Amino acid sequence: MSLTTAHSVVAPTATSKRIAGTIVVVYALISMVPLLWIFATSFKTPPDSIAYPPKILFQPSVEGYCNLFTTRTRQTPDYINSLGPATTFCDETTRKRNMVIAGPSNFLPRFVNSLIIAFGSTFCAVFLGTLAAYGFSRFKVPLADDLLFFILSTRMMPPIAVAIPIYLMYRELGLSDTALGMILLYTAVNVSLAVWLLKGFIDEIPREYEEAAMIDGYTRLQAFWKTVLPQATTGIAATAIFCLIFAWNEYAFAALLTSGTAQTAPPFIPAIIGEGGQDWPAVAAGTTIFLVPILVFTILLRKQLLRGITFGAVRK
Amino acid sequence: MAEIRVENLRKEFGAFTAVEDSNFVVEDGEFFVMLGPSGCGKTTTLRMIAGLELPTSGQILLGGENVTMRRARERDIAFVFQLFALYPHMNVRKNIGFPLLAQGMPASEIRQRVEETAKLLRIDHLLNKSVSGLAGGDRQRVALGRAIVRRPKCFLMDEPLGTLDTEFRDLMVHELRELHNRIHATTVYVTHDQMEAMSMADKIAVMNHGIIEQFGTPREIYDRPATMFVADFIGSPPMNFLGFGGGLARGAREIMVQGAKVTVPEVREDVAPADMALGIRPEHIRFDDKSGLRGAIYGTEYLGTTQIAAVETADGIIKARVPAEIRLNPGDQVGLSFNSARLSLFDKKSGRAVRTSIHDLASQGRVHHG
Repeated sequence: MSLTTAHSVVAPTATSKRIAGTIVVVYALISMVPLLWIFATSFKTPPDSIAYPPKILFQPSVEGYCNLFTTRTRQTPDYINSLGPATTFCDETTRKRNMVIAGPSNFLPRFVNSLIIAFGSTFCAVFLGTLAAYGFSRFKVPLADDLLFFILSTRMMPPIAVAIPIYLMYRELGLSDTALGMILLYTAVNVSLAVWLLKGFIDEIPREYEEAAMIDGYTRLQAFWKTVLPQATTGIAATAIFCLIFAWNEYAFAALLTSGTAQTAPPFIPAIIGEGGQDWPAVAAGTTIFLVPILVFTILLRKQLLRGITFGAVRK
Repeated sequence: MAEIRVENLRKEFGAFTAVEDSNFVVEDGEFFVMLGPSGCGKTTTLRMIAGLELPTSGQILLGGENVTMRRARERDIAFVFQLFALYPHMNVRKNIGFPLLAQGMPASEIRQRVEETAKLLRIDHLLNKSVSGLAGGDRQRVALGRAIVRRPKCFLMDEPLGTLDTEFRDLMVHELRELHNRIHATTVYVTHDQMEAMSMADKIAVMNHGIIEQFGTPREIYDRPATMFVADFIGSPPMNFLGFGGGLARGAREIMVQGAKVTVPEVREDVAPADMALGIRPEHIRFDDKSGLRGAIYGTEYLGTTQIAAVETADGIIKARVPAEIRLNPGDQVGLSFNSARLSLFDKKSGRAVRTSIHDLASQGRVHHG
């Protein structure tokens, strides 16, 4: 054992650890700058957000968040003064700009749309993907290789290439601007990824487990449910995250196919217009909130995700 | 418990024939071993008995019932896999109780049965442990527990000791046989390890290329190999072959090998002139200066109580098991003489054994000619 540690597997020295650590930290910081920038902008006032040179230090304000969640109308100072005292913080900031809050904005319903569509399509893609992957992994499917290639090939063209036909199809089918339409679309895109990823994971699970269960008196479906699925959770979690990130971030189809009731957050956020152009703090606030679900989901599943990504890389 | 009857069983995978018209009967309570090199069809046969693979043709009868096309779960058999297939997300207790759960047995009864089984296998102290932390031998015991807890008609085992260390393996061979002596369950055991087969089996089927070369007790298979393949596959070192020509007449007692006269068991059939082989087990060779059959020592392997001497003859190397005390140096000229009562004769072309007086003893010794 001492031979191994002395020669082949060398314990890292303090210096090499420090160098490696520095590289990781620097890289992490560089990757995080845009995020930090968005986060900082969301707490700036509109004038601060477009100041040049950019303000690194500024007086934080939640005006961006107020503007994100509300719609406002300009009023005369006389009218504003005639109103009673401001009841909320947002009221107060809005009045300072000679405006009053007219009502809630569409951000919350758009955000809810995003949640429904992204999680809905992820569930469908993973559900269908798991069953298909299991089938491909365990049964002699005629033309299995060709079918798998066909499934993969759906990812080979840029999705926007089929945007127009899909747009026309959806209009005919009445799926335009519906949550169902978007769930179907994202499921169709994600299911190919899900089948391929999950097939890899399921291939790694020895079929003896189901065979043992089937000999022990279970049906194939029960065997799948009780022995394969529990062992595939890592792969399923990793696949779910990939699908969710795609569906959550998707912009092009969302912009094309949704405009009203089913619009998701990605096309909504950049279109937030304030007085005299883009309301950058509100856009940044929207983006910041938009990041939260995926962050929470990834943190919750981080163990599975890490194991999932490295799964199969090392033989046990 | 039940008898297993396999009739004309055949399995083809595309153009490849994995099992060719197999016939055998495993009697109730018997420990039956299928032995052969990898790819010989032994595992495929086992999987067909289990219902994990459907035969191309033929029949499988379990306790007189035709189960050929039944689903695995309807056959009431238990299977022990080479990789054990213990469910990693369940502890030992749940793993052993898993088959009972399928039958909808009440929890209290499952508990009792699992504990009984664990006690039988001496793993009752491990019941609440996770299976992933277990040592190889204990995993094996859990896998056995999952098989016997249900009290099935028969046990099927696919190289269950294949992944164990040699040390554990010897122990488990002993334990398995002891377990079988206690519960007398009909068992079909697949292995490529002749030591396991010889020490555990009541009956052995030696398979090669999808064909059962010989079916019999370990003693029959060792003493009266039906084919040159069996003779070569069983025994360590394997049986030696010396070529000779000419036909054999019923009643003959002598043959000429490399110009020397060799006394053999009395021949019981007429054989037309052909290339033949004389089969000699290493322990049936003695050094005898008077013998006309000569060779030179090529090398020796010292084994403590005996030694294996490799002797170069005109027809290749012959390995003899001789007492360890004899001093042998490479190049020494030796004469070879054989224990004439224990020799086998084969037809080189077909590989089949010639019927001689050694087969007289085997009143029930079925010689299957593939």
